[in-house]
Amino acid sequence: MTSNFQSKDFWAGSVYVAIGLAALVIAQDYKMGTAARMGAGYFPTVLSGILILIGLASILRSFTSKGEAVGRIQLRPLILVVGSTLIFAASVRFLGTLIAVPLMCLLAASASRLFRISLPALGALALLTAFCVLVFQMGLGVPLPILGSLFGA
Amino acid sequence: MELISNLGLGFATAFSFWNLAYCLIGVFLGTAIGVLPGLGPVATIAMLLPVTFGLSPETAMIMLAGIFYGAQYGGSTTAILVNLPGESSSVVTALDGYQMARQGHAGKALATAAIGSFIAGTIATVVIAFIAPALSNIALAFGPREYFSLMVLGLVASVVLASGSLLHAIGMIVLGLLLGLIGTDVNSGTLRYTFGRFELADGISFVVVAMGMFGIGEILVNLENETTRTMLSRKVEGLMPTRADLRRIMAPVARGTTIGSVLGILPGGGAMLASFAAYALEKKVSRQPERFGHGAIEGVAGPESANNAAAQTSFIPMLTLGIPSNPTMALMIGALIMQGIQPGPSVISEQPALFWGLIVSMWIGNVMLLVLNLPLIGLWVRMIGIPYHFLYPCIVFFCVIGVFSINNATFDIWLMALFGVAGYVLRKLDCEPAPLLLGFVLGPMLEEHLRRAMLISKGDPTGFFTSPISAGLLFVAAALLISILLPAIRNKREEAFQEEE
Repeated sequence: MTSNFQSKDFWAGSVYVAIGLAALVIAQDYKMGTAARMGAGYFPTVLSGILILIGLASILRSFTSKGEAVGRIQLRPLILVVGSTLIFAASVRFLGTLIAVPLMCLLAASASRLFRISLPALGALALLTAFCVLVFQMGLGVPLPILGSLFGA
Repeated sequence: MELISNLGLGFATAFSFWNLAYCLIGVFLGTAIGVLPGLGPVATIAMLLPVTFGLSPETAMIMLAGIFYGAQYGGSTTAILVNLPGESSSVVTALDGYQMARQGHAGKALATAAIGSFIAGTIATVVIAFIAPALSNIALAFGPREYFSLMVLGLVASVVLASGSLLHAIGMIVLGLLLGLIGTDVNSGTLRYTFGRFELADGISFVVVAMGMFGIGEILVNLENETTRTMLSRKVEGLMPTRADLRRIMAPVARGTTIGSVLGILPGGGAMLASFAAYALEKKVSRQPERFGHGAIEGVAGPESANNAAAQTSFIPMLTLGIPSNPTMALMIGALIMQGIQPGPSVISEQPALFWGLIVSMWIGNVMLLVLNLPLIGLWVRMIGIPYHFLYPCIVFFCVIGVFSINNATFDIWLMALFGVAGYVLRKLDCEPAPLLLGFVLGPMLEEHLRRAMLISKGDPTGFFTSPISAGLLFVAAALLISILLPAIRNKREEAFQEEE
């Protein structure tokens, strides 16, 4: 009987119910109002209720019909790619784009099975960094430091 | 003739130097990014959207539209050459297009796609010019009740006509609606779901959601089944179709255009459904249906015209009603709102230069596509050859910089990362993120119209059924939902979406 708990329907339903419940609880802090004069809490409460119902329906379906099992979540690309954006967000003001951009791209690229440091890859990286500085920072004026506070800028 | 003077205004707007220039840049960039495998039009537009922030509304929309059909066309090129459809609507093109390419007729397939798209785009543009003003006149009479019902119908239709689980599609819409509520409630000023973060007071930018779910989320999915692609040939020859070829594609192009134009107008309809329907029709009317799947030129001409026509006419509900029928149009609506324009029936009368300029520029964009793409095919082929493990770090970079530049806040990068993870996990659970984006964009409008409607009827929900238009719209929505639950139609729907396998 393990298959039911591994099915996509079961997990998707659980996600809906969890988010719906959270939204429902939070919405109770907002004014409900009446049907004629809806407060800030009215529509969110209705939506959360619908979401919970859909979630329950999905969970129910996972027990009545045989669904597909959830595929393996691959953690390596998830951590490396998402992590690279987070590290960029956290470090760009300190390191500056000149370091943070290549750092992010290298980290993201290392998620690939085909990743290897090669001359064309490094060239592309340098090109992308130059593009960032020339087009986004100098051209479009995106307010990010080229050299971060690490360099006393 | 009002139409002529309107079109005159459109030509004057579209032919201004900068609008022409941005249209060209849009078409070029859209195609260039659209040919890259693993990047659909939604991700392409979301990535390039920040570039248009500084432009005037007309120019921004003209450029975005250019990016959109550029990306659409670029996707077909990739589908034909490497059998990797970047989006669902070019899945069908890949069936026969790739076979043609394998038999050495890649040039002919590409030319067919280009010519078919051009003819379809031209006719669809005329359709928009005629239908959109009429539709917006009707919609001007709509009150909040009718609007609410229309949005419900639009959301229901987008679910019914899309592939995949009905239950999950509705779930994703509701989830999107909830996400759309984050921020300050316009009526009471209450901060909702902001978790004490002042950055969330203005709500989440739809660019953050789109880039996270479609940009980052897609990368994570693509990295799962990373394979080295084999490119057929680096040289594409024999671009010019012969007179006999042209004769053979004329009828399929005409049929495809008709199907596409009609399906594109429907709320929830769009390019994918149109190309599937056109392919099925071509197969049915063909005297040699067995040729389909083995490089039938009609199997490229019909669906390609259909998806281009539908892509074009799906602008009609977006421009006249403010209702997006697909995620791409949801992005367009978001872009309009960012430009300070409230989408809806008043756009035509209040922003005539924007509306008519956009329509005329669609046709100009189609000419540019035709002129640009065939000679530049060598460049596109080179771009397709860029390996994905070189490509996706660049996509990450563009997403991060693009998201940052909306508010110049690193907070948005954190949010995008969150949506990236959510996009990946939800896809693993068979919950497609497209309906979520529709719900997200429509959420605030839906609530506003519901509130007003209920205020008018003093809290009595039967008001939605006593207004004939509103009742009719809700009836159609209900009928659609019920019809799909009936076993016979359900099987048919599954069959229609099975063809891609």
